[in-house]
Amino acid sequence: MSTPPSADDQFYREYILDHYKNPRNYGRLDHPDISHEEDNPLCGDVVGMDFRIKDGVIDDIRFHGRGCAISQASASLLTERLKGIPLDDAKRINKDDVLGELGIEISPARIKCALLPLKVLKVGAYGLAAEDEE
Amino acid sequence: MYDVKAVRRDFPIFDNGLAYLDSANTSQRPRQVTGAMMEYFEKFNSNIHRAAYHIAEEATDRYEATREKIRAFINAASTKEIIYTRGTTEAINLVAYSWGRANVKPGDLIVLTILDHHSNIVPWQILATANGANIEYVDIDDRGELRQDQFRELLEKQPKLVSFSHVSNALGTINPVHEMVAAAKAAGATVLVDGAQGAPHQRVDVRDLGCDFYAFSGHKMLGPTGAGILYGRRELLEAMDPFLAGGDMIKTVRVEGTTYHDLPWKFEAGTQAIAEVIGLGAAVDYLDGLGMDNVLAHEREVTDYAYETLSDIEGLTLFGPPPSRRAGVISFALDGIHPHDLATIADRDQVCLRAGHHCAMPLMTRLGVPATARASFYVYTLKDEVDRLAGSIKEAQRIFK
Ligand SMILES: Cc1ncc(COP(=O)(O)O)c(C=O)c1O
Repeated sequence: MSTPPSADDQFYREYILDHYKNPRNYGRLDHPDISHEEDNPLCGDVVGMDFRIKDGVIDDIRFHGRGCAISQASASLLTERLKGIPLDDAKRINKDDVLGELGIEISPARIKCALLPLKVLKVGAYGLAAEDEE
Repeated sequence: MYDVKAVRRDFPIFDNGLAYLDSANTSQRPRQVTGAMMEYFEKFNSNIHRAAYHIAEEATDRYEATREKIRAFINAASTKEIIYTRGTTEAINLVAYSWGRANVKPGDLIVLTILDHHSNIVPWQILATANGANIEYVDIDDRGELRQDQFRELLEKQPKLVSFSHVSNALGTINPVHEMVAAAKAAGATVLVDGAQGAPHQRVDVRDLGCDFYAFSGHKMLGPTGAGILYGRRELLEAMDPFLAGGDMIKTVRVEGTTYHDLPWKFEAGTQAIAEVIGLGAAVDYLDGLGMDNVLAHEREVTDYAYETLSDIEGLTLFGPPPSRRAGVISFALDGIHPHDLATIADRDQVCLRAGHHCAMPLMTRLGVPATARASFYVYTLKDEVDRLAGSIKEAQRIFK
């Protein structure tokens, strides 16, 4: 039997709530080089990201969306990490990195929320790579 | 006097203080139900309708006994009108396939409602695409009640089929089923009522209701998963082709062709969910023991209390009609807090709450929300559990303030 997390856990840590209420890099970019949006129909979470790429580096980034604290805080945290790094490094960011950044125990039911922004990054970044090869 | 404490003692899952507020999703099951299933497994486990030894006769008798219990439960004319399915979804699919493919013609109209569960929308969409029919949806008003004026207008177009829920699982709206069935029948339509949230919670009399089909799920009425019911008027069922084909649903099979079994077995192909059907019979006995009028009265009381309690919470929006026209379901939203976050916080307090679109995405779109939180009640729900929910809501508001 799975037990619910205990009452004194830190699921909604202060910095998660802070990222939820004061999201970093929130909004849209004019003429982004990459723009991609994903949703999670089960709970109605939506996350989209706009990227500006200069010499293979993520020069600027914005995200938009709506949904639960986990999905939106995860998106905000991810944009902070992405800003200024080479796109190739961004592509190597994985599930464990994202969950590590959140730093909280995520139940199986909520893992999709936490990883939605990563999905946006992956599909968006690889989508651009595919265009480059054309 | 309805003794909810005594009722709860029959449900071992509550022994550890769980507040289960998700019965519209699936109910809990009392010892009497699991016991009846265990008895089958341990004492007369065998296949039905086939073997010539005594335990198989016992299994067959118990399996068929449920059919009579269900017949009486919904006051059908005959056990031939009671078809076992896996649940409401399969029951509706059976009708959409066996009745729909033969009767719905190009250009025909199917009338559904925006309140409905996906299982009462998608099978009809598939049928409409296959047979070239059109679908129109009855809208709701601001209180979450079906717009009867619009329903009447759609009936003037003489729909072939009208299908709607007895009670909305997402908003708890009790639809005026008697009036709606009567009007749809008068317009010449075949009528299916999705009773997944109806029959478990109130007395249903299908003959008085006058619908052609009524579908419901055992697992929402104290029974196990995997056993549900399609009630169909005999005349219609007789004329319909089988849904699934194979063993048990035949009379004779020759290479030149096959004759089908009589009702109800024509629609029960292959080895059935025997233990589950036996469990469902025990669930009906249990509900009969409580009395459906008492069940309804108890849920009313809890729902009224919950409606009042939640109405008093600032920053909380309730969806759906006033308590007098609502079943034991309350959907709501909190300002600035996503339903999933609330459900996670409630879970820490051992309060089980549903968060999501409740398999009613067209309705969520209509309401303009991605999801709602939903509490739903049943025979065992305590007012104390409603208070615990209110506590979790306040805790969430404190965390998110
Ligand atoms: C109104 C309504 N219709 C249909 C269903 C589908 O029932 P089942 O999943 O048991 O087939 C449900 C259950 O969620 C429901 O609430």
